[in-house]
Amino acid sequence: MTAVPQAAGRGAPDWPLDIFNTLRQAGVTQASYVPDAGHARLIQLMHGDDGVRTVVLTTEEEGIALAAGAWLGGARAVLLMQSSGVGNCVNMLSLMGACRFPWLALVTMRGEWAEFNPWQVPMGQATPAVLGAMGVTVLRLDRPEEAGEVVSAAAALAYDSDQQVAVLVSQRMLGRKQWLGSK
Amino acid sequence: MPASFGTLDRRAAVRTLLAGRRDLLVITGLGSPSYDVFDAGDHDGNFYLWGAMGGAAMAGLGLALAQPARPVVVITGDGEQLMGAGALMTIAVARPGNLTIVVLDNGYFGETGMQVSHSGLGVRLNQVAAGCGIPTVEEIVDEAGLRACQPWLGAVSGGPRVAVVRIGAGQVDRALPPRDGVFLKTRFRRHLGLPVT
Repeated sequence: MTAVPQAAGRGAPDWPLDIFNTLRQAGVTQASYVPDAGHARLIQLMHGDDGVRTVVLTTEEEGIALAAGAWLGGARAVLLMQSSGVGNCVNMLSLMGACRFPWLALVTMRGEWAEFNPWQVPMGQATPAVLGAMGVTVLRLDRPEEAGEVVSAAAALAYDSDQQVAVLVSQRMLGRKQWLGSK
Repeated sequence: MPASFGTLDRRAAVRTLLAGRRDLLVITGLGSPSYDVFDAGDHDGNFYLWGAMGGAAMAGLGLALAQPARPVVVITGDGEQLMGAGALMTIAVARPGNLTIVVLDNGYFGETGMQVSHSGLGVRLNQVAAGCGIPTVEEIVDEAGLRACQPWLGAVSGGPRVAVVRIGAGQVDRALPPRDGVFLKTRFRRHLGLPVT
């Protein structure tokens, strides 16, 4: 079975490109990710830029430690992930809080809007509270036309104020999954 | 049980590896490896982890990618690396030429009461690393092996490399580096001439 994100409507903002441009303007040069359909285009854009080192992870918390090391070396990293991976991040966020390392994660949401897979619901519903419990500032991105503005604000809060920030990209904005190739 | 698992003295092994360091940057895994590196001589280019178990190698990757002209070494223990075993795959495919990971392997979780680790129960971290695709892996059992691998810590190409150092399981005195993470971060960035905001 192959899942594809619903195509954006004609004339819709190209929000992954807006996010990409905003991150590059913010000086991001390392992009780590656990693949997610909602981030597919952004990941592709990162791979297509010679100025960005992309790092594919085996689990999300790797991307947190990577961001700490990047900052120690003078680079800015972003982590692209899905809400189902937020639980994997919990203890590694201690590193960022204890050392006041900047951390910026873009989290595509599952389990909150027209979710068809009940296994996605518990972690998706718990995502804001889990991040908040670890001291992460949570911003929402609900409207594609606000993508650049929200990510720019998140990047400033992270890299200029040494905060840990997650932007939750709403499942409503990502669109319903269409499932192909059913039996 | 890993009764005769390794014989190298951990403090002496780390001193040998770090002897004559020049532009080397060091990240340590929590627990005894942090104490070993501190005991070998505190340095502004050392960043000691006091937590973040499983994250040392990945922090090393982020640093190595950010500073490709500087050699970077992660010095950690078998338990810490076991928790971040997936990172060996991530690092293998990221191919940082300037990164070396040294695993001080005594076959025990030493910090938590000397429980036998997976390594002590038969997992071979050097074979794991090789299977993950790390191009250069050595198992080090004696002084000659240590000296042979010592140049790795000055190299900025040819990596990533993993050295699994078989150390004895004897207890050593604690040598405690600073625990203030903000201080350690700021000191490290200042060492690299980076802005401290």
